Amino acid sequence: MNDARHAQIGVLAALAGVGLIALDFEVTGAAAAVTLASALATQFALSRLAGERFDPRSALISGLSLVLLLRSDALGWHALAAALAIGSKFVLRVRGKHFMNPTNFALAALLIATDRVWISSGQWGSGPLLAAALVAGACWVLPRARGDVTLAFLGAWCALLFGRALWLGDPLAIPLHQLESGALLLFAGFMISDPRSLPDARAGRVAFALAVAGVAYVLRFRFFEPNALVFALAAVSPLTPLLDRALPGARFAWNEKPHTRTGERHVEDSPARGSAHADAAVAHS
Amino acid sequence: MSKIHRLAALLTLTLLWPTASGAFCGFYVAKADAMLWNKASKVVLVRDGDRTVLTMASDYEGEPREFALVVPVPVVLKREQIHVANPAIVKHLDDFTAPRLVEYYDEDPCAGPMIEEIVVTASKRDSSASLAPRARAQQLGVKIEAEYTVGEYDILILSAEESGGLATWLRENGYRIPDGAESIIGSYLKQGMRFFVAKVNLGEQARLGVSQLRPLQMAFETPKFMLPIRLGTLNAKGHQELFVFALTRRGRVEATNYRSARIPTDVELPPFVQARFADFYRDMFVRQAEQAGAVVFLEHAWSMGWCDPCAAEPLDAAELRELGAFWLAGPNEWRWPWQPRTAQPDTSDTFVTRLHVRYDAASFPEDLMLQVTGDTASFQGRYVMRHPWLGSAECSEATRYRSVLRTRQDEEGSTLARLTGWDRGEIRAQQGLTPNGDATSPTVAPDEPWWQRIWPGGR
Repeated sequence: MNDARHAQIGVLAALAGVGLIALDFEVTGAAAAVTLASALATQFALSRLAGERFDPRSALISGLSLVLLLRSDALGWHALAAALAIGSKFVLRVRGKHFMNPTNFALAALLIATDRVWISSGQWGSGPLLAAALVAGACWVLPRARGDVTLAFLGAWCALLFGRALWLGDPLAIPLHQLESGALLLFAGFMISDPRSLPDARAGRVAFALAVAGVAYVLRFRFFEPNALVFALAAVSPLTPLLDRALPGARFAWNEKPHTRTGERHVEDSPARGSAHADAAVAHS
Repeated sequence: MSKIHRLAALLTLTLLWPTASGAFCGFYVAKADAMLWNKASKVVLVRDGDRTVLTMASDYEGEPREFALVVPVPVVLKREQIHVANPAIVKHLDDFTAPRLVEYYDEDPCAGPMIEEIVVTASKRDSSASLAPRARAQQLGVKIEAEYTVGEYDILILSAEESGGLATWLRENGYRIPDGAESIIGSYLKQGMRFFVAKVNLGEQARLGVSQLRPLQMAFETPKFMLPIRLGTLNAKGHQELFVFALTRRGRVEATNYRSARIPTDVELPPFVQARFADFYRDMFVRQAEQAGAVVFLEHAWSMGWCDPCAAEPLDAAELRELGAFWLAGPNEWRWPWQPRTAQPDTSDTFVTRLHVRYDAASFPEDLMLQVTGDTASFQGRYVMRHPWLGSAECSEATRYRSVLRTRQDEEGSTLARLTGWDRGEIRAQQGLTPNGDATSPTVAPDEPWWQRIWPGGR
């Protein structure tokens, strides 16, 4: 039960509650319910199909993340987004490991495919209080998942924003304001750090984080893309299998303590996955 | 091998993104004149893909030769990309989207149900910018890229090697550029901006016979959807008011780097507010803005095809086209053979968003970055006043009505006090209620126990 996902679910649900009640989010209870229901139903159906045990936890995390980020005025898009997110975990796999963050994949795919969905990145405001709450929440989650990616990404992103401000001669209030964005902290704390889709080796993860920051910077400040972070993560994620090949490492499993029943350690991966880790380590070390 | 793989993958991914076009960034300077400090800027932004039409309206009432406008632009604009608009259309758009007070009359409680609607609108405010002629540009590293006379305006497009030269040039030519502007001008220049500078050509103005300065418009393509507000914060004492009217085909426009909030709407207010609606709205808005901090307020979001209740008739296709809604082509637009030929294109797929920002340098350090969303839900600032039934009424329903009415009047007063910060006692006095909530008018019943409202016939 000492699983980082429980902490994540708690923090995400609390954020969704605050957003819905206090921050005037453009999301209805119906949209939230449809998203969660679709995520759980897809997880259930595809687990069955793949012969895996049904585990609602990661589906809940993906669903709650979508509730926090995705906006649309039609419920169908919410349902489709959740189905795409969960579906991607089962389809987009290389050697038994999914390489796209499910939520991010669904967001990027729908933002490209239709103009009926959007992300309200300004919805969190930039209140220092909110930032502190998010940082505290992330600190709680990070030690349990893979915090090195979050730290590397935030470090690189800070350096880029402050570097840009210094080059332009802008006051530092501008990069500070850009950093206080709740959407950014949510991305750094809960999306880029998704341990299942990250490279296995620490060096690979740091390289991954730096690449996301670099691509996001170019998208944001050269192409003026409001959803730069989402697209950057989607663009860099397919590098994960390459990074794993170049820099092999121990594959992440949710329960860090070795389990006697390996099937339970890797509940969301294919049954053959138990040996994939060993394969990867042997083949490329 | 794996290095080559990675490089190839990275290149492929990079190619998935479109190439950059120019950046738009800039500022909209109000002339540093006390007369204008309390005024607001009104900007109409038409946006579809990268196509942008910016209309800047001004209610400038000072000497025309004192007027000037400085706006950074992404490219050197051609003569045909600059236009002057009819100010009445911007006024019409303002009226159409203005927060509205709706009134209802309670009917005789002894007769049937209510209601008739009459719309009273509030409008107020307006905007402006700074001034200038020109001189020793080259010496200061300022290049005059283009020079046009459009309508009553003389327009220059300037580029510069560095901010000091441009700021000096502007100052020498009579632009009151506020202290601290150099670093902001420098920032925009480094981002590749040119500066669009307009002043009034008095000869042309006299020849055209225009007394009120007309809104200046420019059309350009840029992926960067934003409004420059940084320089505006420098010359203002206290807050600046900015109204953005955005016209799109997709839906509502919102800020991406500041929180959005809707203004309080659909609240019932005491009827005396009618005479003071502008005061009410201003006080309520200021209070909301102060409580919320750095927030962009949504005041209106609606299709151009209809309104309910209408503060003004929707703008027609010709007006929207003049504001830049290029997709509303003329009556000869393409159609299926079986579709009827219409005199005017359909305006119902044009969506208007009215944003209201009260900003200063501390809470809004960054320019306003915007995005078009797919949200087509309607929203309006709507305030309701219900006039009590003042006629005589003698029936058990009337007793009940008067009791409900007194509760309602009390709630209306509390709402008004909460929204505006107005004194509760004064509101009571204006409502004709005594301090403990009893009405001084004979229309309200004496106190009755609450249970009589459950079983009115039981006495």
